[in-house]
Amino acid sequence: MTHYLSLILFTPLAGALVLLFVNKQNENAIKWIANIVAFVGFAISVPLWFWLNPQSPDFQFVERAPWIPSIGAEYFLGIDGFAALLILLTTMMGSIAVLSSWSAITERVKEYYIFLLVLQTGMLGAFMALDFLLFFLFWEVMLVPMYFLIGIWGSSNRLYSAIKFFLYTLVGSVVMLLGILALYFHGHTVTGVYSFDVTQYQGMNLPFDLQWWIFLSFFLGFAIKVPMFPFHTWLPDAHTDAPTAGSVILAAVLLKMGTYGFLRFSLPILPEASRHFVPMIVTLSAIGIVYGALVALAQKDWKRLVAYSSVSHMALVMLGMFALNPVGITGSIIQQLNHGISTGALFLIVGIVYERRHTREISEYGGLSKVMPVYAAVFLVMTMSSIGLPTLNGFIGEILILQGVFVANKAWAVIAASGIVLGAAYMLYLYQRTMFGKVENPKNETLADLSGREFATFAPLIILAVWIGIYPKPFLDRISTSVNRVVARVSPQYATALAADCVTPLPVASAAGTPAAADPRLMARNNADSANSAAPFLSVLPCGPDGQPLEPQAGTLGAPPTSPTSPTPLTREPR
Amino acid sequence: MPAGINAIDFYYLLPEIVLTAGALAVLVADVLLPRGSRALAWITVAVLGATLASLLPFADTDVEVANGLIAVDRFALFFKVVFLVSAIMTVLMSVRYLEIEEVSPGEYFFLVLCATLGMMIMAGGIDLITSFIGLETMAVSFYILTGFIKPNQRSNEAAVKYFLLGAFSLGILLYGMSLLYGLSGSTNLHVMASVFAGQARDPLLVLAVILVVSGMAFKIAAVPFHMWAPDVYEGAPTPITAFLSVGSKAAAFAMILRIFVEGLPSMTSDWQLLFEALAIVTMTVGNVAALTQSNLKRMLAYSSIAHAGYLLIGVVAGTPLGVSAMLIYLLIYTFMQLGAFTVIVMMRRADVVGDELKDFSGLHVRHPVAAFAMLLFMLSLGGIPPTAGFMGKFWLFRAAIESGYVGLAVVGVLNSAVSLYYYLRLVVFMYLKKETTGSEPTASPALALTLAVAVAATLVLGVYPRVLFEVAEKSAQTLGLGGAAAP
Repeated sequence: MTHYLSLILFTPLAGALVLLFVNKQNENAIKWIANIVAFVGFAISVPLWFWLNPQSPDFQFVERAPWIPSIGAEYFLGIDGFAALLILLTTMMGSIAVLSSWSAITERVKEYYIFLLVLQTGMLGAFMALDFLLFFLFWEVMLVPMYFLIGIWGSSNRLYSAIKFFLYTLVGSVVMLLGILALYFHGHTVTGVYSFDVTQYQGMNLPFDLQWWIFLSFFLGFAIKVPMFPFHTWLPDAHTDAPTAGSVILAAVLLKMGTYGFLRFSLPILPEASRHFVPMIVTLSAIGIVYGALVALAQKDWKRLVAYSSVSHMALVMLGMFALNPVGITGSIIQQLNHGISTGALFLIVGIVYERRHTREISEYGGLSKVMPVYAAVFLVMTMSSIGLPTLNGFIGEILILQGVFVANKAWAVIAASGIVLGAAYMLYLYQRTMFGKVENPKNETLADLSGREFATFAPLIILAVWIGIYPKPFLDRISTSVNRVVARVSPQYATALAADCVTPLPVASAAGTPAAADPRLMARNNADSANSAAPFLSVLPCGPDGQPLEPQAGTLGAPPTSPTSPTPLTREPR
Repeated sequence: MPAGINAIDFYYLLPEIVLTAGALAVLVADVLLPRGSRALAWITVAVLGATLASLLPFADTDVEVANGLIAVDRFALFFKVVFLVSAIMTVLMSVRYLEIEEVSPGEYFFLVLCATLGMMIMAGGIDLITSFIGLETMAVSFYILTGFIKPNQRSNEAAVKYFLLGAFSLGILLYGMSLLYGLSGSTNLHVMASVFAGQARDPLLVLAVILVVSGMAFKIAAVPFHMWAPDVYEGAPTPITAFLSVGSKAAAFAMILRIFVEGLPSMTSDWQLLFEALAIVTMTVGNVAALTQSNLKRMLAYSSIAHAGYLLIGVVAGTPLGVSAMLIYLLIYTFMQLGAFTVIVMMRRADVVGDELKDFSGLHVRHPVAAFAMLLFMLSLGGIPPTAGFMGKFWLFRAAIESGYVGLAVVGVLNSAVSLYYYLRLVVFMYLKKETTGSEPTASPALALTLAVAVAATLVLGVYPRVLFEVAEKSAQTLGLGGAAAP
């Protein structure tokens, strides 16, 4: 299976090519082919989960072939645990998005599915590419199909939203391209070889000045995609006007491109600049968390509300990531998956009623739990997942992020927690307005509950939400080496702590004290008290059977019944 | 320098001779063939093809012939291929167009060949006289071609405008050239370079550089010498607009590189500064002006102004990398620009001009292939992967950053983001508008062939540009080295 990644990557594209030759009148055949291709695409990616070696620190399933040798560009694919999970998320959400469109899309069916499948290849490629030029190529390839999905099948203001999405993302990405080029030329001066090899740069120590500039150029590209405040304004428009499947893909996968970019490129390649820009990112994230939540609270449009909740949630992901410690980054990755699952589901949920009523006004609805009980139940699960109710996935991500952020700075943790509280407020308020009360609008009295097909789009999401919520260990295991790689570059003090702790179990105090004291910035920011508060997480580092340190929280939270004491100090007081 | 031409020199001029003979043959054939015969177009294509074939023996040649009047090197070769390919595509898209416009094709094809000849001489010219003769041959042919549709007022107006402004700019150019001659005592670029090399900075030389830059800036329609372009592009017969925006621009760039890189290396910092300013202004003004156009030909005119700005980045970089980036972009630009014009020509019907944006409303329903091709060309012009335009822009910006012109690269990428707005406007009309009332495109075999070539090139060069990159790098290296004298 030397071409396993290529197989996953090009299956959707091959499907799109097949669709080209199907008569466009034959809509049923088109739908069936698209669904089969998307499902096969998911099915062939499932072995990734099993074949991936979670212990290996290297990129796996590597494929490497010369592409444009004169400039050192290669067809270079490879993944680690983090990318593998995002790829699985992509193929699953892609399949769900295709299935959810069965009755929602009635015009230009053929083009629609072609664009969806091409988009799928673009997204997968971006997660797989380990060559900067190849990555950029896939990154940009995603733009066009998404532009069409919004522009052709979107609602009222679609033209405006589509072009806004396109131009915002494009500006960010072309500036990012300049950063890539700067990196590339620096690589040439250092090694004498032109290369776009990402892994090479992950081990290179660049001068701070250069890092500073490259970080900013990458930041623009990734921050627009995340989207971080103040670059988020395209998102509510794009989400609101996109067709359901477009919103689902946008929320579940496309936004992850930004956070993936930060974790894969910015942090490991530009560690000093990343640390330098922590205050900026944290400030923007803090604003994003609170602002997104407050604006969501004020929305009258159901879909816009979910869109703003995305802004808030993704800001939380960024905050956790820029805590720059293992727990925060782990939480950030888990929360990315969670956001994909729960927000993707929430957009599907809006899509269901939009398809029946053609309005997204919250005030048009009310009392739906009486006419659509199954639907209301699904919505409830996803609301709770989004809020972060324990036993569901959101809780795991949020608690890890809070823990990581708390270690880094207590004040940030307060802001993060407030975002979570506000999140509960706007989601429950939404749920109450739409699901509870009397059915006052006669049009709502005859709404049909979920069909079998519609339920099928939710089933995997619910299963995943519960799985991650109750037993996240398999997920944590798979990302531990990815997290270690990033941490080793950006916060080496933790990496050494991990290793030291593993070889000789140190007393709690010294294990926690040494790394914190070794970092003057951490000392400056935190008092001795907060350094001590790192103790709980650092003291419970487990060792793998091979002597390698496992991800700390894998033991802490992965198996709550076996270590009931460890999560205790981490309960969320702000609630 | 003693004048005189040896017999062997004629061997090196074989492609030019083939083209000239072919052009004359076309004139004769026009008289002999029955009126309305399409054979003439195919004869023209055959002539261009034969010229292309006659380039083969010179694939690795790098010499100066005719006592340093003209160079036969890989740099010239690359340009000659660009000219011939664009001429072939122009002729192919002209066939049906001329029938609709009811224009006799004889002189038309002859003039296209003459213009091509002029371009080829410009690319090879390493003597100011040669270059100027080439430029004039090309320019005069284009003046006539622009006004070729005699009953059409816009065509006439465009021709007069182009001629007057063109003559004026040629005057400026000639003034600069005569200063160069006066200061160096030679019209040969290599001699000139060695004379200037040891000299102190002369204000007159600076003036000469400014004048030559201005004269050439007119030819590539760089801002602020671009005023003629939109009117001429709109008024000229569409295939000629295409040829003008590709061939004439490429030839002017070849001449610019020859004069400045080969002839004035001592003044590099001066002309780099001038071209840098021109590049920034040209990209920005071209793109901003294109935003509001409702006529596609005008929009593409402004877009082609902006593209001149991008191409200037390669000149500014001045390194072999910059030159190769420019060569690559020119070839890619040839295909995407000619492709876009091919679609516009397809829209032309007896009763519809078909070059307004609204004519393209809902094109994807009426002609999905044409719409898709146009989409591809627009994305390529805007520089979105996986189209060739991205690879071209990537090379240009790469060259700029490597030479330390980061600011220029930043302006370039931001401009290409702006440009997407108007390229996508056409896409909005073709794909996103609900009304489908535009005109119906028709494809003759010749047009279909042109379109197929352009689409294939735009895609292939976007995904697998390896071969082109390598060829262009080799070609760029011959520039400025000064070939060995002919045996």
